[in-house]
Amino acid sequence: MLLKTEHLTKNFGGLTALNKVDFEINEGELVAIIGPNGAGKSTFFNVISGFYRPSSGTIKFMGKEITNLETHNFARLGIGRTFQTTHLFTDSTVLDNLIIGYRSKTKMGFFDAIFYSPRSRREENMCREKAEEILDFIGLLEFKNYPVANISQEAAKRLAIGLALVTEPRLLLLDEPAAGINHGETTNLANLIKKIQQSGITVCLIEHKMKMVMNLAEKIMVLNYGTKIAEGTPKEVSENERVIEAYLGGVEHA
Amino acid sequence: MLSFLKEHKFKFIGYGLLLIIGIIFPIVSPNRYYLTVATLGFIYAIAVYGLNLIVGYLGQLSLAQAGFFGLGAYTSGLLMLKLDLNFWLALPLAAIITTILAVLVGLISFRTKGHYFVILTLCIGVIINLVIEKWDSLTGGVRGLIGIPLPNPIGPLEFKTLESQYYLVFVFLLITIYVMNRISSSLLGRTFRSIRNSEDLASTLGINVMYNKLLGFAIAAFFTGIAGALYASYIRFLGPEISTHHLTFEFLLFLLIGGQATVAGPLVGTLIASVITESLQFAQEYRMVIFGLMLILIVRFFPGGAVGEARKLKVKVTDFYNRRKAGNYPSGPGAGSSKGKLGVPSKGESHVTKN
Ligand SMILES: Nc1ncnc2c1ncn2[C@@H]1O[C@H](COP(=O)(O)OP(=O)(O)OP(=O)(O)O)[C@@H](O)[C@H]1O
Ligand SMILES: [Mg+2]
Repeated sequence: MLLKTEHLTKNFGGLTALNKVDFEINEGELVAIIGPNGAGKSTFFNVISGFYRPSSGTIKFMGKEITNLETHNFARLGIGRTFQTTHLFTDSTVLDNLIIGYRSKTKMGFFDAIFYSPRSRREENMCREKAEEILDFIGLLEFKNYPVANISQEAAKRLAIGLALVTEPRLLLLDEPAAGINHGETTNLANLIKKIQQSGITVCLIEHKMKMVMNLAEKIMVLNYGTKIAEGTPKEVSENERVIEAYLGGVEHA
Repeated sequence: MLSFLKEHKFKFIGYGLLLIIGIIFPIVSPNRYYLTVATLGFIYAIAVYGLNLIVGYLGQLSLAQAGFFGLGAYTSGLLMLKLDLNFWLALPLAAIITTILAVLVGLISFRTKGHYFVILTLCIGVIINLVIEKWDSLTGGVRGLIGIPLPNPIGPLEFKTLESQYYLVFVFLLITIYVMNRISSSLLGRTFRSIRNSEDLASTLGINVMYNKLLGFAIAAFFTGIAGALYASYIRFLGPEISTHHLTFEFLLFLLIGGQATVAGPLVGTLIASVITESLQFAQEYRMVIFGLMLILIVRFFPGGAVGEARKLKVKVTDFYNRRKAGNYPSGPGAGSSKGKLGVPSKGESHVTKN
C-alpha cells in the first residue's frame, strides 16, 4: 500500500470540508475521486499533499506516518501534484519551469554557486536533462524556449503535469486535468495519463468528465459533503444508490 | 567557447565597461568631488545588491535594510574605536554579526507574509534605529560616533587618499557583483526566483521555502553589513540617521530605478540616482518630492527599471527578427493578434500517442 488515510478530517471554521475519510491507494493503481462541486475533493488533495494540515486523522505514505511533515517534504518523499487552477511559474519559459522542478533532487548550495563548483555544474546539467526528458514525455519539447504566457491552455495543462512529473513522484495527484479543454484534447490527455501509469507512477485523479474517469480508473472514491459515500470499481460505483442520489439521478453521466 | 561568448556578449561587454570605466574614472575625473560621489555610490550600491536579493529575487519587501546597514556600520565603527580592532577584522565581524541578527529577524518575520511581513520588517528597522539612537553610552546617541579610523594598510597598500579609498570600495563592489551574478545564474538563483513567482508552487515541488528565504536574507545582510563597515571607515563619522527608514526607501528607489532581480540593476540604479541627486542639489528639501514622483512613474510605467526595460526591449527586438527570418511575422499592426499567441494546437496531439 502506497498511501493510506485514516479518519482524515479537515475543518474550515464551522465547515467540515473533509469528514473522517479512510482511503487507500495501492502501488501502480490508477484511482479517481469524484463527487459534486464542493464535495471536498480538492481539499483531500490539499491535505494528502501536505498543502493543508488535517484537523485530525493520519496520513501514511509507504508505511510511514507523514501527517505533520512540512509541505516540501511531501514532494521530497514522492507525492507530486497539480492544482485545479493551472499553477506555473509565469515569468519564465517552458524549460525553465521544469528545471526548477528538479531542484529538490539537487544539493548544491551557496558556496557551490559562488565558486561554480563541479557539483553545481553537474547538477545544473542534470536538471536540464531531466527537464528535456519530461518535455519529450509530455510532448512539449519543441516549445521549450517559449515563455509560458505564450502557450495554449492545453499545453499549459500538460506542462503543469510535467512540472509534477519532474519531481519524480511515486504518487501523482491530478486535480481536474481535463477541465476546460475540448474533446480531442481530452482524449490526448487521457492517453498521457495512461502513459504515466504505465511508466510505473501511481496516479490519483479528480475529474468531472465521467467518461474519462470510467475509462481510466481502476478504483473510484466518491465524496459528498466531505464524506466518503462509495468506493469501488467504475461499475460498482455507477450502480451505487447513494452515488446516483448524490448526482441527482446521474445527470452528469451523460 | 565561442558560442558561450556570443550568448553572453552583453554580459561580457557590461563587465568590460564596468572594469575599464571603474579603473580609469579617478584618473579622468575632472574633480575630486565626483570621486567622493562615486565612492559613496558604490558603497550604497553594495547595500542595494543585498536588498535586491530579498526584494528582487525572493520577492519579499523587507524594509529593515537601513537597519542592517546601520548595524554593520556601527558594529565595525565600535569594534575599531572601542576595541582597537583592525579594519580587516572589524569588517568581517560586522558582516557576520549583521548576518546573525538578520537570521534571527528572518526566523520571526518570515512566519508572516505580504503586508504583515512589510510592516514587521519596517518595525524591526525602526527598533534597530532606536537602539542605536538611545544607547547613548555605547553609540554616542544623537551625537554620533566620531573619529572612526581609516582602513588599515595591507602591506604597502595604504588607504589615506581618496583614490585609494575609491579603489578599495570598487574591489568590494566587484566581489559583490561577482557573487550576485553567480547566485543569479545558478540553481540557487532559480530557487529564489521561483519563490518570488509562487511560494505555493515552489513548496509543492519540494523546495524548502523558509530555508531559502533565510539563506537569501542572510547573504543579503552579509553584504549590507560589509557596505555599512565600508561606510563607517570612509565617512569616519556615524549618526543614527544612517539606520532610518529614509535610507531604506532611498535604497528601494535606487533598486527600482535600476531594475529589481537583475544583476546590473542595483549599480545602474544607484549611479543614476546619485547623478540625479547631485543635479538636484538646488532643489534642497524638495528633492524627496521629485524622487517620490519618480518612484510613482517608475512603478506605473517602467516596472522593470532601467535594466529590466532594456532587457524587455532586447527580447522584443530579437523576437521580431526571429519571426521575420521565419517569415511568419504578422504583417500589419494588430494583424492576427490571436495568432500571435503561439498555441499548441492539434499539432501536439500526435506526440502523446506517438510515444
Ligand atoms: N481554504 C479554504 N478555506 C475555507 N473553505 C474552503 C477552503 N478550501 C475549500 N473550502 C471549502 O471546502 C469545501 C470543499 O471544497 P473543495 O475545493 O475541496 O471542493 P471540490 O470537491 O474540489 O469542488 P470542485 O469540484 O468545485 O472543485 C467547499 O465548501 C469550499 O468552499
Ligand atoms: Mg476541486
